[in-house]
Amino acid sequence: MKALQFQRSIPRFAAARVAGALLPGRGAEVGPLRLTDIDPPGSPGPGWHRVRPLLSGICGSDLATVDAVSSSWFEPIVSFPFVPGHEIVGQLDDGARVVVEPVLACAARDIHPVCDACQVGETQSCEHIAHGHLRPGLQTGYCADTGGGWSVALVAHESQLHPVPDELSDEQAVMVEPAACAIHAANTPTIYPGDTVVVIGAGTIGLGVIAAVHALEPDAHVIATAKYAEQRALATRLGADEVVAPGGLIRAVRRRTGSMMTGNRLASGVGVVFDCVGSADSLAQALAVTRPQGEVVLVGMAGQTTVDLTPLWQREIRLSGAYAYGTEMIDRDGKPYDERRTFDLAFELVARADLGRLVGATYPLDRYREALAHAADAGRRGTVKVAFDLRGERERDRL
Amino acid sequence: MSPRPGFVLEVDRSTPPLLLMNGEGFRMQRMPVGTRVVYPGEALPTLRDPDAAIRHALLNPVNADPLPAQLFAGMKLTIAFDDVSLPLPKMRRPDARQRIIEAVLDFAAEAGVDDVELIAALALHRRMTEAELRHALGDRVYDAFAPRGQLYNHDAEDPDNLAFLGQTDQGEDVEISKRAAESDLLVYVNINLVSMDGGHKSVATGLASYRSLRHHHNVATMQRSRSFMDQHRSELHSANWRMGRLIRDAGVQVFQIETTLNNDTFPEPFSFLQKREWEWKARDRGLYVASSKSLDRLPARARRSIFHSIEAPHDLTGVVAGEVEAVHALTTAKVLEQQAVAVQGQSDVLTMGLPYISPYNVNSIMNPILVACLGLGYLFNMYRGKPLVREGGVLIMSHPTPWEFHPVHHPSYIDFFEQVLADTTDPIEIEKRWEKQYAEDEWYRHLYRTSYAYHGVHPFYMWYWCAHALQHLGAVIIVGGNPAAVRRLGFKPASTFEDAFEMAADVVGRDPSITHLHAPPLLMAEVE
Repeated sequence: MKALQFQRSIPRFAAARVAGALLPGRGAEVGPLRLTDIDPPGSPGPGWHRVRPLLSGICGSDLATVDAVSSSWFEPIVSFPFVPGHEIVGQLDDGARVVVEPVLACAARDIHPVCDACQVGETQSCEHIAHGHLRPGLQTGYCADTGGGWSVALVAHESQLHPVPDELSDEQAVMVEPAACAIHAANTPTIYPGDTVVVIGAGTIGLGVIAAVHALEPDAHVIATAKYAEQRALATRLGADEVVAPGGLIRAVRRRTGSMMTGNRLASGVGVVFDCVGSADSLAQALAVTRPQGEVVLVGMAGQTTVDLTPLWQREIRLSGAYAYGTEMIDRDGKPYDERRTFDLAFELVARADLGRLVGATYPLDRYREALAHAADAGRRGTVKVAFDLRGERERDRL
Repeated sequence: MSPRPGFVLEVDRSTPPLLLMNGEGFRMQRMPVGTRVVYPGEALPTLRDPDAAIRHALLNPVNADPLPAQLFAGMKLTIAFDDVSLPLPKMRRPDARQRIIEAVLDFAAEAGVDDVELIAALALHRRMTEAELRHALGDRVYDAFAPRGQLYNHDAEDPDNLAFLGQTDQGEDVEISKRAAESDLLVYVNINLVSMDGGHKSVATGLASYRSLRHHHNVATMQRSRSFMDQHRSELHSANWRMGRLIRDAGVQVFQIETTLNNDTFPEPFSFLQKREWEWKARDRGLYVASSKSLDRLPARARRSIFHSIEAPHDLTGVVAGEVEAVHALTTAKVLEQQAVAVQGQSDVLTMGLPYISPYNVNSIMNPILVACLGLGYLFNMYRGKPLVREGGVLIMSHPTPWEFHPVHHPSYIDFFEQVLADTTDPIEIEKRWEKQYAEDEWYRHLYRTSYAYHGVHPFYMWYWCAHALQHLGAVIIVGGNPAAVRRLGFKPASTFEDAFEMAADVVGRDPSITHLHAPPLLMAEVE
């Protein structure tokens, strides 16, 4: 079957890193990613289903993988060769549409008893992502045994499958996974009515976090940064109260908070900042606008980064990571916490905020180089989400 | 030969291109045939012996005892003076303030007055620097008073040094400098560049707090002032007069000194800016070509530096001292003697070239808000009777309008431009929704008090200054401005005057009547 496969090859890694450094996304042309014909993944056991992708998104972490700039942290928790793609809406053999929750936790790995994290539904923190009867892989799309979304077929465990309501389009459904990331991030800190929060970055995750914060706490004041006009417009429509250029963030926060300045630095700032970029610059900026004892939530995948952490220390700022999704404890108007699966909340958010409109371009697998180049330059080209469209693959129907 | 008065020229085919100021540069522009060009009068003769005239004014005040009779040992004497916003451009040394204050101090010394303090009456403007104070007052005064803390800038945000004197019959709070209010005599030294300057506005505005100023620095006042340069039809004037009388009735003894200048505005090598184009000699043409070509080659910073180093040759045409209202009546007449120009009727379009300087960017950057204020606030309002342009007409201004701000002088302007004007350009909405936040912002307050920043609320006042024009005009077009900055102001950008006239046609129709305000030098149009 047709698939984009990522193979372990040191020379190709090196080539991808050089090409990606010159022009992001161009690691696809010389790196370990290849369009190839492979055997469909076999079923690892009972409870597994074949999924034929309809749309499969390209995520920032995918681009980092393609350009070989992902952290070596991932090495023990991925297995080669793997087919990337973890933002997936597909069809089961009976034709039912499903969204795949890609984390390969205890249930999918047939591990009993499940770990403490999985016991409470915090599958993103599963201890066994490299154990069990599957080869290592933190998610579908990074595991050699399951296949991934950038192909015409993969396998997924029943614990990973979420049926798609008829009223949701494929474009909306493919946004459920990134929306779940956004909801989990937005629910990581405590945000009270009237609080001002900052969202740095207006790509898929940044826009999702804006929508999620707006949904979880509509009375919070959201200041977002965006580089491009289309991003600015979308950020506003999704609930940002102010959208500024990255260079204008400190001034905007100062205006909003009435903070004093110490030299060129804010003396105070906001309580919660979501860094949805994950670069050295964005993290430094996040620290610069966070008030003492505030919290920076790192949503964008950071990798190896050099940042002056003195403000984190001197201001007692908490730095939290927000990875993937699991179970959320939602505070509803002072009532007892409502325990919800993040994906269930994500389906609601995608429908309510119409996040399907973020899918701005789709490509067939054959044009993967163009697709990845587009995704790497999406903001400047007025696009947010780029996805592979498998609906036209003839081979898909023959399987 | 006596100076020729201002007049109105009607452009015909033989009229040469007109010289327009265009920020830190010039523009030669041929105007359509039939355009009326309002030229200022030539500079009035100046006082032959200014120091003698000053001494005479102090000894022979209007409706008041001579200054020496009001001075006595052991008294508390405060001398307040206009800040760096006057005159424009700055005077050659010695500045009129220096001459007058030295004379006042001589009389004070003769009377044995020890307790003397000098205050720059800057209201919510930025503080004057040492260099600016030295230029205005002279080194002798500066060195005698500043090191001992007896020469300082007014602080409208210092609650410990403000005195609340009461409310006017209109409910306006009157709060001014405590030192001024508690002095046995307050001498105020004015430079009356335009008819709005001076009178009760000197103390009631210059030494007031935000609590007091907000009663007349607001949209309603500006929209009811037709114009604020005409004291008989100015609500700004009326409010200041109510406050000034309350100050007087509260027992504050004010000895007002007002001065008038001629309009000899530009020194060599810019003297051609004073002249009428068709009277230019070969030397004027040469100076124009040389200066404009040289300026074109310079970076913006260097051009700015050159222009802001200009020291005007203007000098005193009169000095009057005594009781505030009586003094101001005489001064206003003198100002109008220099500036008034009779104009018959209004036109569909008014054009003007905006210079590099306004009252609020001395030694600084003319940011877009100040561009708007200079055109729509100051020059538009230089009329008595009716505006030069009809209601629903179009104002076309020439200025580069860079998206640029002085970070030290105008910090709240940056935020006003980025946040407030991005939200709305309606002065009423702006006042209602945004003023309080900026006026009470602790950071702006801190910068105003300790650095050289205009008060946080100041950009709002600049926009309110435009309120009458914004209400009156059908459209505003800026020729040669940064398009993004011009649009942020709510105006339309045009690359040439020809384009601007085309755009104006959408509002006022084809073949509109056009008036061009040939200023500076400043003039006051008396429109019948």
